[in-house]
Amino acid sequence: MIRIGDAPRVRRLLIGAALALTALFLLLPLVAIFAQALMSGIDVYWQNLSSVYTLSAIGLTLLVAAITVPVNLVFGVFLAWLVTRFDFPGRRLLQTLIDIPFAVSPVVAGLVYLLLYGRNGWLGGWLDAHDIQIMFAWPGIVLVTLFVTCPFVARELIPLMQTQGSREEEAAVTLGASGWTIFRRVTLPNIRHALLYGVILTNARAVGEFGAVSVVAGAIRGQTNTLPLQVEQLYQDYNTVGAFTSASLLALLALLTLAAKAALEWRAARRETAT
Amino acid sequence: MIAQALMRRRERRVLPGFGLSLGISLTFVSLVLLLPLTSLVGQLSQLSWSQYWFLITDPRLLASYAVTLFGAGVAALFNAAFGLLMAWVLVRYEFPGKRLVDALMDLPFALPTAVAGITLATLYSSNGWIGRLLEPLGISVSYTWVGIALAMAFTSIPFVVRTVQPVLEDLPAEVDEAAMTLGASDGHAFRRVILPYLWPALVTGTGLAFVRSLGEFGAVIFIAGGKPYETEITSLMVFVKLQEYDYAGASAVASIVLATSLALLLAINLWQGRFIKRLHGGRG
Repeated sequence: MIRIGDAPRVRRLLIGAALALTALFLLLPLVAIFAQALMSGIDVYWQNLSSVYTLSAIGLTLLVAAITVPVNLVFGVFLAWLVTRFDFPGRRLLQTLIDIPFAVSPVVAGLVYLLLYGRNGWLGGWLDAHDIQIMFAWPGIVLVTLFVTCPFVARELIPLMQTQGSREEEAAVTLGASGWTIFRRVTLPNIRHALLYGVILTNARAVGEFGAVSVVAGAIRGQTNTLPLQVEQLYQDYNTVGAFTSASLLALLALLTLAAKAALEWRAARRETAT
Repeated sequence: MIAQALMRRRERRVLPGFGLSLGISLTFVSLVLLLPLTSLVGQLSQLSWSQYWFLITDPRLLASYAVTLFGAGVAALFNAAFGLLMAWVLVRYEFPGKRLVDALMDLPFALPTAVAGITLATLYSSNGWIGRLLEPLGISVSYTWVGIALAMAFTSIPFVVRTVQPVLEDLPAEVDEAAMTLGASDGHAFRRVILPYLWPALVTGTGLAFVRSLGEFGAVIFIAGGKPYETEITSLMVFVKLQEYDYAGASAVASIVLATSLALLLAINLWQGRFIKRLHGGRG
């Protein structure tokens, strides 16, 4: 079979260019993160890593992820069920609304929350009177992260559930299965991988969000610093090694995310060839 | 009447959970998405038109629009070319390390933007690994539009690759063969046969990369340096105004950012929808 671009010369040229550009634009930055973090030796790296501020930033980052991921998981599943299994007026609109966080600049996302919950905001006076602090505290960080990450699970599920259709579930209904049983025994096994992938993406973004969080966090060291905020703060303080130490943790998580994604895709491809 | 229509629809619903999933979805969307966005409208409604116009046409802000649009334009064009190359190489050729390269394409989405930002700023600074090599050539990347475009390009790499890749995979082999047996050269066959087929995916991916670049913040601010009138991007202007407690100003700028990206996203969706309709012979 003859195919376009199959001549050895063309092939070598294109593969060479692709590899060179990938190395320059993607691989080199990745290597640089770890090289900078370990620049002053492994001892300094451990010292930076085990500092009180880094540990508290790790703790807050994990807390934010631990709240936002399950909430968005539940919401994403319900939304996907709603828009793929039922027809109702406003279905399209709802699907468009859910894409807003993808289009909005993260700084704008932070701003709208500040306008709502901040001292001068609509709810600010009431919150102040009841001594509830949302802005410049961890609840604010959780809220903007919820906003920024809410489309991921639904976005992964909707196209899949649409192509799968609802025949299997309808069959389960005629057999008398309850809603929960249908979901657990019929739907969940079909969407397992997409759901997991959605969770992985939600988690990656929740842990790494910077723009929105930096508006509402107030960056009080040891209190409202997430890892990305700490990276920025240390970098602005000219503590390059420290900044890259925290950055290396986030890069490690990014690599795990990529590995998990590759593994999921590989398994899906293998199942496809098996059937 | 609406209630009647809803009732009639209800009879046809076989699956359970409509009420529950509708309730949860609407509550979530209202509280997390709509309520905060309304607060922006509320803030803006306190301004008169002339005040609003004055805020959004501030010369420093106008300069930031130009910087942002130009940087995002360059980044999107770079990604159109780079993404097309990567999609082609990953779909058509076998080579050692292919799966690794494929996985790396998603790095910009997985890596937090602030991490990307400080890494690029360090690499391209005058004593960084790459900046050191560029300096003798008289090219400075840090604190210039080149750095802004570079950071924007980095964070939006996956868009074009991942939209073009599946379309290219689905391209039947006969298309190639037909073009080649008719005696077309590689370049000619690619331009006349393959490119029109990839066009909708390529435009969509490039458009999404452009929208993302317009709103990018974390990756850009470190390498841009934020010199007024020169390397200030618009989303940084929102941030600057907030730090000055100028909520009205920040909201006015934010409304421009928001309206632009929503309009672009809508345009991309409509364009895509029209194309899909044409592809399926009038059925959407």
